Amino acid sequence: MTTIPLSAARAGLVSCETCELLSRPADAAEPGYCPRCGAGLEWRHPGSLQYTWALVIAAAICYIPANVLPVLTTTALGSSDSDTIMGGVVLLYTTGSWPLALVVLVASVMVPLGKLIALTYLLVSVQRGSIRDSRDRTRLYRMVDFIGRWSMLDVFVDTFTVALVQLQPLMSVEPGPGVLFFAAVVVLTMIAAESFDPRLIWDSAPGEPLRRHAT
Amino acid sequence: METVACPDCDLLQRIPELPPGAKARCARCGNALASQPVSPLERPLALTLAAAIAFIVANAAPLMGLSAVGRRASTTIGGGVIEMWQQGETITAMIVAFCAVIAPGTYIAFMLVVLIAASRPPAPHWIGELLRWADSMLPWSMSEVMVLGILVALIKIAQLASVDAGVGMYGVGALVVLLAMIGITFDQREIWHRVEWTDGRVSRVPQTTPAQERK
Repeated sequence: MTTIPLSAARAGLVSCETCELLSRPADAAEPGYCPRCGAGLEWRHPGSLQYTWALVIAAAICYIPANVLPVLTTTALGSSDSDTIMGGVVLLYTTGSWPLALVVLVASVMVPLGKLIALTYLLVSVQRGSIRDSRDRTRLYRMVDFIGRWSMLDVFVDTFTVALVQLQPLMSVEPGPGVLFFAAVVVLTMIAAESFDPRLIWDSAPGEPLRRHAT
Repeated sequence: METVACPDCDLLQRIPELPPGAKARCARCGNALASQPVSPLERPLALTLAAAIAFIVANAAPLMGLSAVGRRASTTIGGGVIEMWQQGETITAMIVAFCAVIAPGTYIAFMLVVLIAASRPPAPHWIGELLRWADSMLPWSMSEVMVLGILVALIKIAQLASVDAGVGMYGVGALVVLLAMIGITFDQREIWHRVEWTDGRVSRVPQTTPAQERK
């Protein structure tokens, strides 16, 4: 591949987020619209760091009730039993399906927590103007973006358990308040990953016109 | 040769003419930039048509059934959403409906229109708007996560009662495979190269479409 060691921003070009067409805006302060697809042009996602921080903090707050509150309440023959996310993992493990217990543990507990830590690290490193490990940080971002959807697993498990086990008055399962917080964590971290602009990682290099001044 | 900026790191680079089946990665951050599908429109169109059929089966047929002490119950995807809604988890029900039905459904419908409309150059300008919508649905289309969720739910419920997979499960399974194959065989750039610009121009007249060869 022929490589010009030059970023589009340094060349005065802006890349359309929708169709990837490169264009040279007449006014750098107001890039205008893409001549091919008509989408609004931006050098970088506007307010990327602020939006991402806000969403990460909101998700971190929801993460606590998501894990503490019950997600399912099973009523069988008069006695009822509440399960949290971790309770569901333990139940799967004790009933002998440890591979599934591991999958649910990774998707429901480790992935959301890992996403929050990874996004915080990316935000802090960009704000400090780090120029180290840019390639690895970009890879980390792509992983966060790719893997996040799998956290929705537990929401689907709970939904279909509730939908199927409705044999009143013998046995029934109701959703608990934890499900809503858990779904909120997944949605908020997914929007956070989308609002983070990975090009900011590379903008700290010397000579980049959009370079942030280290704070 | 086309010059693009990497969407993840903003590096300017030329994409060489790729042989069929080849992929180009960003020289700096390793992001997948372009691919040259063997059959750029026909194969994704055939797969999208098949996905539309699988989508209908997945949503219309029961996913799983349960029998305990002489009683039977079964549920569909929509049944899961309705049950969550009736149990008071309205927001969670809406999130599940969006990720399991609306997002994949919109993606398939818009892709069908885009692929059909793009087969005769010049492609009308409005298909760009549909492609943008289809693309924005993609992160939220979680059929594969749902399948795993259903399987975990089935195994959990199997402790309480006897369960069986319904016809809908085959539909969902086929849908997951087809959606993945659309992702592999389709490159958006193919559409953008055919789309009419906002001022009526067309950036590149494609040389290899059947419509052209027949002239």
